[in-house]
Amino acid sequence: MKTLLRWESALFVLLVLVVVGGSAATGGSFLTDRGAFNVGSDLAVMALIALPLTLVIVAAEIDLSVASVLGLSSALIGVLWNDGWPLEAILPFVIVVGAVCGAVNGFLVTKLGLPSLAVTIGSLALYRGLAFVVLGDKAVADFPDSYTQFGTTPVPGTWIPYPIVLFVVLAVVFGLLLHATTFGRAVFAIGANEEAARFSGIRVKRTKFILFVLTGAVAALAGIVYTLRFASARADNGTGLELEVVTAVLLGGVSIFGGRGTIGGVVLATLVLGGLTDALILDDVATEVVTLVTGILLLASVFAPAVTHRPTRGTP
Amino acid sequence: MIAIVAAALLLAGCGGTTKNNSGGDSGAGPTSGAADPNAPTAKDLKITFLPKQVNNPYFTVAQGGAEKAAAALGEQLKATGPSSADASSQVTYINTAAQQGQNALLLAANDSNAVAPALKAARKQGMKVVTFDSDAAPDARDVFINQASSQEIAAGQVKLISDAIGGAGEIAILSATANATNQNAWIAIMKQELAKPAYAKITLDEIAYGNDDDQTSFQKTQGLLQAHPDLKGIISPTTVGVAAAARYLDSSSYKGKVALTGLGTPNQMRKFLQDGTVGSIALWDPAQLGALATYAAVALASGQITGKQGEKFKAGELGEYTVGANGEVVLGPPLTFTKDNVDKYNF
Repeated sequence: MKTLLRWESALFVLLVLVVVGGSAATGGSFLTDRGAFNVGSDLAVMALIALPLTLVIVAAEIDLSVASVLGLSSALIGVLWNDGWPLEAILPFVIVVGAVCGAVNGFLVTKLGLPSLAVTIGSLALYRGLAFVVLGDKAVADFPDSYTQFGTTPVPGTWIPYPIVLFVVLAVVFGLLLHATTFGRAVFAIGANEEAARFSGIRVKRTKFILFVLTGAVAALAGIVYTLRFASARADNGTGLELEVVTAVLLGGVSIFGGRGTIGGVVLATLVLGGLTDALILDDVATEVVTLVTGILLLASVFAPAVTHRPTRGTP
Repeated sequence: MIAIVAAALLLAGCGGTTKNNSGGDSGAGPTSGAADPNAPTAKDLKITFLPKQVNNPYFTVAQGGAEKAAAALGEQLKATGPSSADASSQVTYINTAAQQGQNALLLAANDSNAVAPALKAARKQGMKVVTFDSDAAPDARDVFINQASSQEIAAGQVKLISDAIGGAGEIAILSATANATNQNAWIAIMKQELAKPAYAKITLDEIAYGNDDDQTSFQKTQGLLQAHPDLKGIISPTTVGVAAAARYLDSSSYKGKVALTGLGTPNQMRKFLQDGTVGSIALWDPAQLGALATYAAVALASGQITGKQGEKFKAGELGEYTVGANGEVVLGPPLTFTKDNVDKYNF
């Protein structure tokens, strides 16, 4: 636990460095209202998915299909909108579809006992394929301004993008769920030692199943945010995003072996990643270098806890 | 359950709307006064060059042309961009250019609509937007530099294959994906061309789709030649397809017997042009495309044009250009590459 606290402090220091360094290097254009709005809008989609994925990884599982669920959600929005459905019906519908996608993952992992890494690599391809089946490589874009403003304008009188409001609400919800409920304690127990958790009466399968359903639903919600922000429903939306999300979760101090991690750390990590990327781009640092810096951060985040706190899972 | 709460939150902010009663987009971007063709050319303008993705050889050549034109006019041009060409990856870079107070943006859009809100916001604060290679929504940019008209591209391809097969025989088309907008527009025009008396002895057997994937295109070429033993020629109006088809022909017994043309880059096709597998291919010069986009951006930022139809601007050694309908400027007819001239080009 002490290691974790130190990691979060390190993230906080890193965040301060990013803000101070970013402002200095970019001559004051970094944290203007406009700049903060841009950073917030850029990181919101990734940050939303990172929340439920944190719980999945704490439970020592993984879900790599999240970006494909986002794409499927976006493609469905496009198709149903073309069919003349009202958005009030489309949006809850795609969230239900996302939950069903999560339930399929959850079923395969819990009922059939398959490893989530293999299951979700498969469903990554399956859901992305479905997205292309429903919408092809078309783009649907004729959404009304009153909806796309959700992703392109700040809350009136502030610099805050609407998706960040949504993110803050969900961060509180998932933070409470993980850190202040019996469900959350069960998630930690499963991640630390699944056998022990089962013997102490925790319903391991049901807990994991719920986590996958939640992740699918939030990934679909992120698909809605993505579609409205870019005013473009496409099957290839969010391709490759799963790796960014996993990066944010691991950088947030969540152990890939399960059992350790906090929502607070992950929120800090998304801010660090979002702020850093924006500051580097604003400072005209080459795209390749931005990717490289992210990679170094990720390695550091996996390396630091592994050195100070070796995983004990599997060797009780 | 959480997701449903979130959906409710999301819905709460919006009024009731379906596709059919959606309010139309309020339309035209800012039109900043009248053009003054005699206005002096502004110096030291800050211009951002934003391709579909960085490290793409085609756009690297376009960037070279843009840099040369900017240097000739005394402007500052810098290139930036995402490492992947997916729909939304450019938005961050557009926002950044606006935040940096750049005077103009040269953009090859990955998704015409995904970039529109960011472009509109940038234009509101005075940034001029020139799209090139692939357009953004017309009300989100000032001018679009089109590489060549669809008519010129498609008619040119039919002419090249007709010349290669002596004006008679069976041909096939190897396209990209089945619903690629530009490919389908070209194919429609090719069919009109083939209906003309001059091409009466040419029959179009099949249109195959290689999905702009190298391996699929290679296999589709193989399939076309199996299915149509009398095939005389293939048109592949996509750089991926034409290169794969050339590799297949080169390695098969059809080499020299079946003609191939298409839209290809000199570097990809040099070997096949030189060894006779392919007689000729066509493409525009991306360096000129980048240069013309730069000249248009400078003319816009200097107030010499506003993007209205009929306005004229000077583009250095490229000559004078006129803005067409919908703010479109056409670079000119595509270049044809043969073994005689291919060594003059490096892209």
